[in-house]
Amino acid sequence: MSMSNPVPASSTDFNEINFENVKKKQKVMSFTKGMLFLLPSIVLFGAFLFYPLFKTMYLSFFLTNARGETTVFVGLQNYIDMFASPIFHQSMKSTFLFVLYTVPTTIIIALLLAVLANEKLKGIGFFRTIFSSTMGISVAAASVFWLYMFHPSIGFINQILGFLGVESIGWLTDPKWALIAVAVTTIWMNLGFTFLVLLGGLQSIDSYLYESADIDGAGYFYKLRRITIPMISPTLFFVITVTIINAFQTFGQIDILTQGGPQNSTNLIVYSIYREAFTNYQFGTASAQAIVLFIIILIMTIIQFKLGERKVHYQ
Amino acid sequence: MGYIEMMDISKSYNKQSNVLNGIDLQIEKGEFFVLVGPSGSGKSTLLRMIAGLEEISGGTLKISEKIVNHLPPKDRNLSMVFQNYALYPHLTVEQNILFGLNAKKADKQIQQKRLEETAQMMGLSELLKRKPRELSGGQRQRVALARAVVSEAPLCLMDEPLSNLDAKLRANMRIEIRRLQKRLGLTMVYVTHDQVEAMTMGDRIMVLNDGIIQQVGEPIDLYNKPSNLFVATFIGSPKMNLGKAVLQDSKLIIENELTIPLEQFVNLESLENLNLVIGIRAEHMPYGDEDQQVQNVEIVNVEHLGNETLVSFEVGTELWTAKWLGQWLVQVGDRVPVHISVENMCFFDEETGDLIQEATFTHKQEVVKR
Ligand SMILES: Nc1ncnc2c1ncn2[C@@H]1O[C@H](COP(=O)(O)OP(=O)(O)OP(=O)(O)O)[C@@H](O)[C@H]1O
Ligand SMILES: [Mg+2]
Repeated sequence: MSMSNPVPASSTDFNEINFENVKKKQKVMSFTKGMLFLLPSIVLFGAFLFYPLFKTMYLSFFLTNARGETTVFVGLQNYIDMFASPIFHQSMKSTFLFVLYTVPTTIIIALLLAVLANEKLKGIGFFRTIFSSTMGISVAAASVFWLYMFHPSIGFINQILGFLGVESIGWLTDPKWALIAVAVTTIWMNLGFTFLVLLGGLQSIDSYLYESADIDGAGYFYKLRRITIPMISPTLFFVITVTIINAFQTFGQIDILTQGGPQNSTNLIVYSIYREAFTNYQFGTASAQAIVLFIIILIMTIIQFKLGERKVHYQ
Repeated sequence: MGYIEMMDISKSYNKQSNVLNGIDLQIEKGEFFVLVGPSGSGKSTLLRMIAGLEEISGGTLKISEKIVNHLPPKDRNLSMVFQNYALYPHLTVEQNILFGLNAKKADKQIQQKRLEETAQMMGLSELLKRKPRELSGGQRQRVALARAVVSEAPLCLMDEPLSNLDAKLRANMRIEIRRLQKRLGLTMVYVTHDQVEAMTMGDRIMVLNDGIIQQVGEPIDLYNKPSNLFVATFIGSPKMNLGKAVLQDSKLIIENELTIPLEQFVNLESLENLNLVIGIRAEHMPYGDEDQQVQNVEIVNVEHLGNETLVSFEVGTELWTAKWLGQWLVQVGDRVPVHISVENMCFFDEETGDLIQEATFTHKQEVVKR
């Protein structure tokens, strides 16, 4: 600035504004605002998620009395006992088998139905409603319904088998079949939700992409492979994650259909936790199992996200 | 027999009022046919009907002498550039371009060769590994063009393929597309709302408004003999100057303001006492000499384009623009003499808007051009 040029006062003020300072202030402001918006959910999560989580961790290092109060600190003994227990091994095996039975089947069937229901046909709305209808049915109602379907003598399934000349099967009483029966029930129950989410994913694909492919002379399966599947990969990924977590946490249908039996063949991990805690009053052991379940789900989800990042196409 | 023949084609979405009406049209093999019209006039709809993406509500469509109303797009052997590009967001530029060839299981070597050629031509060689979302609007548009070009289908439909490019690139691509079309002998149906593009590229132009054909013809014909007021104002930039006029006692009175005596050799008796609209192109109103018929007008706006000057003045309620060659240092508010001659005017019926008589002078001009 040359001295001969008198500068008006306001202009000097302008030059003296410290941009760094202002920026810092703005950052603090926006951080505070963000926190305020987050506060309600932080409080809720804290009270109903984080507190129970830490309490469970804490409990898993103790023995408890029947009222759930800690009595003796045992360190890792609960974990050591648990991993030595054949019942827990059985429970783990059943859980992983159950996940293996339900997740791929649910997703493949739901995807097939969704692709069908996404065709522009007359009366497709009716089928969409039917396919998604299981979403509105509660676990209890669905389980009771399937309880009758699986009934050894008056059950629909065995009647059909009888009609075909096949010996009737004790679906819920035969250790070979019980897990499969529960899996079938679960697949049926989850189908509605999975179908609906996948259909939503399919419908959000721009129709221009298919038109362009039509002009290029692409066939139905080429379009399915090169456009549809990649374009719904984020949805598919979401659905797979949710279905796996759901499968690990299955409880209601087991409680109603088999109560973990026969011979612990359907004693999935959550049911096992429930039995430890509320039938055997071993809150320490139950907590240890819960922590193991938490870690398994955490690892599965992390693996999925790591894999997903590479394969999934986000818009 | 044209390559594409449309007979009384109409289109209505959801059985409501027609978007297109009575389209009768023939497009020859190897022709560069341009469809112009304002937004919403039905250009894309017509193109999509040719492509087979849109049901034809009425009429017959033939491609190379076969009725194709019922045929799906893939059996019509054509390529298309979509107005919104329709690129596959999850595929790279290369995969996007090769999508069609891949679907048709073309030979890998041919694919590579064509890919390289096309990418070269469209200036995409550097971008082949990118995803569409990592491209600018103009680059995406070029990928869309490349995708259509690479298939080398005999019929190519383009829906505003250059709308997002900058002026220089657009001029370049205009020439590239034109050259390619000539070299491969493609039949091209090209939609645009840019009349400059239409004039410079088309062998023939069709002007569409509200789903009705206004005029079909060669660019020069549309310019010189617009068949109605819509075409007159739509084709040419700046647009044709219009004014209400009546012919009385051998004088033409325009907008009750300009009075132009008729010259002897112009024969306009049949127009006596009709309600007319006259139209005159900007370049036909030069700065007046003493020995000419001149009108003195007050300038309300001046635009310098470098090699020519646009001068606007009011005639009644209309704003007219004259285009003068060279750089004229005139000011707003100046009164200048302008030569306005009846022989340069087109005459339209005020009621119907249809052309009654074209400008007589244009015949002379055509001779000059040769
Ligand atoms: N799918 C549709 N359903 C109902 N009406 C439609 C549909 N597509 C287009 N239209 C209507 O048809 C008319 C013509 O549309 P079209 O897309 O052909 O216009 P256009 O000439 O291509 O315009 P632009 O230059 O803006 O692209 C418009 O009035 C539009 O609202
Ligand atoms: Mg359009």
